[in-house]
Amino acid sequence: MKFRSKIIDIGCLNHFTRVVTTISKLTKTCVLRLTPDNLYFVLSGKVGNGGVGLWCELSQAKFFDEFQLEGVSAEANEICLELAPDNLSRALKTAQNAKTVKIKLTKKHCPCLTIAAELPTMSSTSRVVTHDIPVDVIPKRLWNDFKEPSMPDFDVSIYMPPLKIMKNVVDRMKNLSNFLVIEANMNGEMNLKIETDLVSVTTHFRDLGNPPWAGGDGSQAGANSQRDPETMVQARVDVRKLQQFLMGQQFNPSKAMCNIVQNTIIHLILLYEDVSLQYFIPAVA
Amino acid sequence: MDCVVTGGNVKVLAKAIHSLSRIGDELYLEPQEDGLTLRTVNSSRSAYACFLFTPLFFSRYVNPEGHGFRCKMAIKSVQAVFRSLATLEKTVEKCHIELDADRNRLTFTLHCKHGLLKTHNLSFQDSESLQAVFDKDSSTNVLKAQPRVLADTVLNFPPSLDEVTVTVSDERVWFRNHVDQEAEPSKAMLTELCLSSDEFDHFEVRARSSVTFCLKELRGLLVFAESTGLPVSMYFDKPGSPVVLSVTDSVLDGNFVLATLSDESGVQTSDRAGTPAPPADDFMNDELESYLIAMDTSMAAGPSVPAPLAPGRVGSPTATPDPWSPAHSEPGEDLTEVEEEPGRPPNKKFRSLFFGSVYPPGSPLGGHTPSSQKVLASDSEDDG
Repeated sequence: MKFRSKIIDIGCLNHFTRVVTTISKLTKTCVLRLTPDNLYFVLSGKVGNGGVGLWCELSQAKFFDEFQLEGVSAEANEICLELAPDNLSRALKTAQNAKTVKIKLTKKHCPCLTIAAELPTMSSTSRVVTHDIPVDVIPKRLWNDFKEPSMPDFDVSIYMPPLKIMKNVVDRMKNLSNFLVIEANMNGEMNLKIETDLVSVTTHFRDLGNPPWAGGDGSQAGANSQRDPETMVQARVDVRKLQQFLMGQQFNPSKAMCNIVQNTIIHLILLYEDVSLQYFIPAVA
Repeated sequence: MDCVVTGGNVKVLAKAIHSLSRIGDELYLEPQEDGLTLRTVNSSRSAYACFLFTPLFFSRYVNPEGHGFRCKMAIKSVQAVFRSLATLEKTVEKCHIELDADRNRLTFTLHCKHGLLKTHNLSFQDSESLQAVFDKDSSTNVLKAQPRVLADTVLNFPPSLDEVTVTVSDERVWFRNHVDQEAEPSKAMLTELCLSSDEFDHFEVRARSSVTFCLKELRGLLVFAESTGLPVSMYFDKPGSPVVLSVTDSVLDGNFVLATLSDESGVQTSDRAGTPAPPADDFMNDELESYLIAMDTSMAAGPSVPAPLAPGRVGSPTATPDPWSPAHSEPGEDLTEVEEEPGRPPNKKFRSLFFGSVYPPGSPLGGHTPSSQKVLASDSEDDG
């Protein structure tokens, strides 16, 4: 198993760092899947994580100048590592003005992902900073847990309001209740609601727009075309999970969508230039 | 005591007090002929800091009580006088420090713009002299760098990091985070920064060594050094001997003396820096790897593994100790194994800095009379 890569461009390095920092704010540990073409940060929606799932996909060619991978075997040419993204984020942050950054899999006292950055200095010789991040190699037999999640059979798909505004609303709602209801319809309307014994608060968003696939896709068309576009579909989620998702965003996505399966799950999709991020929050009763 | 600090020096004094506050809770003040000395020590006696401001630092420096006045006060009270550094710079024209012997207090008067006077009366307690005995000039290794270099170096480590290990060879210095042996070694992230000797103003390494000390205390000094632009010198020998960090210019002299770890882990970490050992999974033609290997082959061997100091080693008595002046003696010989504080993990042997006092071997500090517990100068009765 070998992995060796290099980033030379500062813009790519900054972008990659921001993606990793976003991931680090969403979860303490996650799985990093390395394939010849892509990198994936995965959190499988297990009970241990509170049912929250994460899938972030990056195209390696957009970030790395060099990317060499020799996976577990020829048929399974990929590597799966479990690590703490916060370590990776901290390591990358120290290298923000580096001339080059190398990321490779090494074996020190345990398997590590080593980040080695060459920093510019006033003198002729460079300064080298090395970070060894301990990782756990995930054996092939467990890889099934970390496959790309399939798109749920959603009832409504809608574009999200500006994340900053959503975050402000959710921050305030968190003080009032532990659970929040997200509801939306195919008419571009979304409501965020909380209800307690003393008070209920609803924030209404209008004219959000619905992504084209809703209704266009064969398997969805049947269900959706029958549904009245005004009908609200809802799911009740733990407000802290939603807040964590909104807090972690480091940059504005070019597209942000929310799919809701009635009373089952919320599927949030963020698309950036070279990165896509999907986040699943299960509904609670 | 009666002295006046004017202009930019007020901020320097304030910065010095702030950086002392990072070490200890009490400020020991001692005006003498050669200047005003501000000292502090931390509660576990593993870090000591001292600033000497010569009479030239002051626009007026008068010491009518002469030799013999010294006091201590809560450092927070003194910090309160110099609280907002930004305002200090803009509005304070001079600071007058005067001893009010009748009322046992020290008056700090800040003369600000527009005729505003801010007077702080701080009460103090009489104290014994606090003094660490160290001789940095006889240190094996001396490094001197612009504060920016060191500040950039510590930026690579998380703010929560406690201890850093510094390893030197003929041409290079490695700063590494020290991982506590008790924490799961496989879970901790290891960071290592390698600097070459040409980043330093002065690089003198007579024996390769590796010392581990508290990073927080280094940061305290760096804050002062960066604001005054003074280069920082680092004097050290081997694990167990204290490391001395100092800043100097014509009117002031600051020294931070920090204890270093003396246990076996110091030996192991220096080995790690020495072995090139390319990991089996790695590519041999990796540029960085070969850079590292080239660096290692430039050293004859890994950093020397100094023999750990024998436990129970006691400071040897200095000849006719003068309690009030720093005695000259070999570094390392003034340190005594001190009783470990309750609650500290047993294998963590930060040697407590022992300030010029000489006790019979094996006797804990606590075995002495209460009045001498705070006395950190040698007691002429106890020549062991």
